[in-house]
Amino acid sequence: MDLSIYVKVKVQEPLLSVQGLSKFYGKRIGCDAVSFDLFPGEVLGIVGESGSGKSTLLSCLAGHLAPDSGKVIFDTAQGPRDTVVMGEAERRRLGRTDWAFVHQNPRDGLRMGVSAGGNVGERLMAVGARHYGDIRGQALDWLGRVEIAADRIDDRPTGFSGGMQQRLQIARNLVTGPRLVFMDEPTGGLDVSVQARLLDLLRGLVRQMGLSAIIVTHDLAVVRLLADRLMVMKGGHVVEQGLTDQVLDDPQHAYTQLLVASVLHV
Amino acid sequence: MIKISNLSKSFTLHNQGAAVIPVMTGAHLSVAPGECLGLVGASGSGKSTLMRLIWGNYVAATGSILVGGVDVARAAPREIIALRRGTLGYVSQFLRVVPRVPTVDVVAEPLLTLGVAQSEARARAEHLLAQLNIPERLWSLSPTTFSGGEQQRVNIARGFVHPYPAMLLDEPTASLDAVNREVVLTLIEAAKARGAAIIGIFHDEAARARLCDRVVDVTQFSPAVPA
Amino acid sequence: MTEQAYNFAYLDEQTKTMIRRAILKGVAIPGYQVPFASREMPMPYGWGTGGVQVTAACLVPEDRLKVIDQGADDTTNAVSIRRFFQRTAGVAVTETTSEATLIQTRHRIPETPLHEGQILIYQVPIPEPLRFLEPRESETRKMHELEDYGLMHVKLYEDIARHGQIATSYDYPVKVEGRYVMDPSPIPKFDNPKLGGNAAIQLFGAGREQRIYALPPYTQAISLDFDDHPFVASKADHACDLCAAGDSYLDEVVLDDQGNRMFVCSDTDYCGGRRAAGHVGRLGGEG
Repeated sequence: MDLSIYVKVKVQEPLLSVQGLSKFYGKRIGCDAVSFDLFPGEVLGIVGESGSGKSTLLSCLAGHLAPDSGKVIFDTAQGPRDTVVMGEAERRRLGRTDWAFVHQNPRDGLRMGVSAGGNVGERLMAVGARHYGDIRGQALDWLGRVEIAADRIDDRPTGFSGGMQQRLQIARNLVTGPRLVFMDEPTGGLDVSVQARLLDLLRGLVRQMGLSAIIVTHDLAVVRLLADRLMVMKGGHVVEQGLTDQVLDDPQHAYTQLLVASVLHV
Repeated sequence: MIKISNLSKSFTLHNQGAAVIPVMTGAHLSVAPGECLGLVGASGSGKSTLMRLIWGNYVAATGSILVGGVDVARAAPREIIALRRGTLGYVSQFLRVVPRVPTVDVVAEPLLTLGVAQSEARARAEHLLAQLNIPERLWSLSPTTFSGGEQQRVNIARGFVHPYPAMLLDEPTASLDAVNREVVLTLIEAAKARGAAIIGIFHDEAARARLCDRVVDVTQFSPAVPA
Repeated sequence: MTEQAYNFAYLDEQTKTMIRRAILKGVAIPGYQVPFASREMPMPYGWGTGGVQVTAACLVPEDRLKVIDQGADDTTNAVSIRRFFQRTAGVAVTETTSEATLIQTRHRIPETPLHEGQILIYQVPIPEPLRFLEPRESETRKMHELEDYGLMHVKLYEDIARHGQIATSYDYPVKVEGRYVMDPSPIPKFDNPKLGGNAAIQLFGAGREQRIYALPPYTQAISLDFDDHPFVASKADHACDLCAAGDSYLDEVVLDDQGNRMFVCSDTDYCGGRRAAGHVGRLGGEG
């Protein structure tokens, strides 16, 4: 038998290692003592109801919010570094290169006064691209990959549908080939039919680019289709984590059982 | 290839007074490469539960489930993901896909995740779809709109597109006509011939007789129901 | 009220000290916008309150002042400011670029090359080059701090995408000494090459926005561009119709209802000097 078809888990370092991350708003818990490792190519879903702390956690991970304690160690080109204590300049550079952040509302992640091409090109220019023709070429390539017609490149996103805006935001984020993408309810404000298209697109991109992703959502159907692993949060605590279909099909914690049982159909 | 020892499983229903429902205890079996094992037992006796335990979406209470050297009962999520990617295939009764994705891509996806080039993956997917008599005009459509039999064949194509060394088959011939049933049985025989270790649930007795080297009645693993 | 009722150059000495500190800091960190406590001046915002305060803080009795507006010494704004300092500081004035020790300007750099010892003071309406792309001041400061300037090129990208070329023709941003991106005030981009390597001290004052920034002598200031769309210091493709200069920035003047027009140097001192030296343009004889 051909042994190459046995895929062994290589001994590898986690891309992101989160250790004891906590954030409090006064006495109120944002998220408390969250720890997990994310390995290259893995997609982690974080689910929970509103106020469960999943958005706080994501903001702390992405450096938008300073945690009160804990480490967020990212495997940078120079080796593992704790991004919590890294300088803002360096963290922003990370945010333009190895990291990407897809907002729920595309208006938060796009420059609405700038053309689609300019939106996609911004990250390239931010990391030093200075050839207009090349920048435009890459923008066109990415518009194609997210299924936006080439003749829309000079249009502003204000005239785009919600789904198109979200796809443009994804193109804008992925153009510099990040290794880790944070997504906050990426399909949140979209029609169901548009959601499916976006999910398919995200799956394809994650696979082709070998992306690691952390997706915050309250939609269990979304994580079922996108996430390899799942983390369930309640009241700022992680109550359960594991393989996505295991957590959904055989939930161990009372809250997860309630959550899964409350969904009409996943 | 697959070896299960002292496996037990129970569900704890936290929202119904924390009732603990034992569903399986002391399960053990093993399947060698090239061997096909049939699971039998009445409805609700735990055949599907056992399959899910092996697949890893049910958490074992005790025991071990070795598949290609990985203990599914203890493995980290990413080890199970890697196992499913290359070693363990699963044809379930239900097709769960992202709506809108063309059938050919649904079938090719397991190969793409293994890093097979798009063109080759599609070619192998198309070959299997043709073999399973899915009309070519449907390949570019999403299988969500297909009939039950067509969906089942797409599911089988997806499960057979990569030569997994271990396979779980849940009623692969259900809802198929005679012609397609024959195609599927031939595929399973070919998988056996290349050395795949297979565990299957077959209500189709003729199919079971033709494919299975042994059968295990899972009723023996049922916990003694307190009176 | 007599002129003596004012302190020299209108502003009190404490205010001048405060402004000088800001200027020194600006000179020490070329291109960096230094906040200062802008005072009310006896003229409306937009009429050069920033430039006037910087001029007031720099003036000494021995100075010879030149004031230009769009290159001209004889426009209302230039005349008013020149008179203001004649009255409040009693300094000598001149229209000749080379004779001036201190030049306050709105929207031009004189054609005649400046020399060491001269100070060129710009009136600046909006000092923040990132403003139109990122309206939050807190964010633009952070972007300067972190050298996060990708957005600057987005603006140029948008220009090319929309017009086929970089259409920004004035207020064209420069990068100073490889560090700060700076707004050179609304000078035509034709003047941009004179910003860098200039022998004079260049000071920029924004009154309403309360910012001062500076280019000390011989500072590098590079106009932003793309490799395949390089910066071009363009001007109207004509020679001056009065003095025949082919190398100066031109204003277009409509002459009549028939669409006749003429191009003349925007720098009146430069044009006058050339005509006095005998250069005659297409329409120069008729005047």
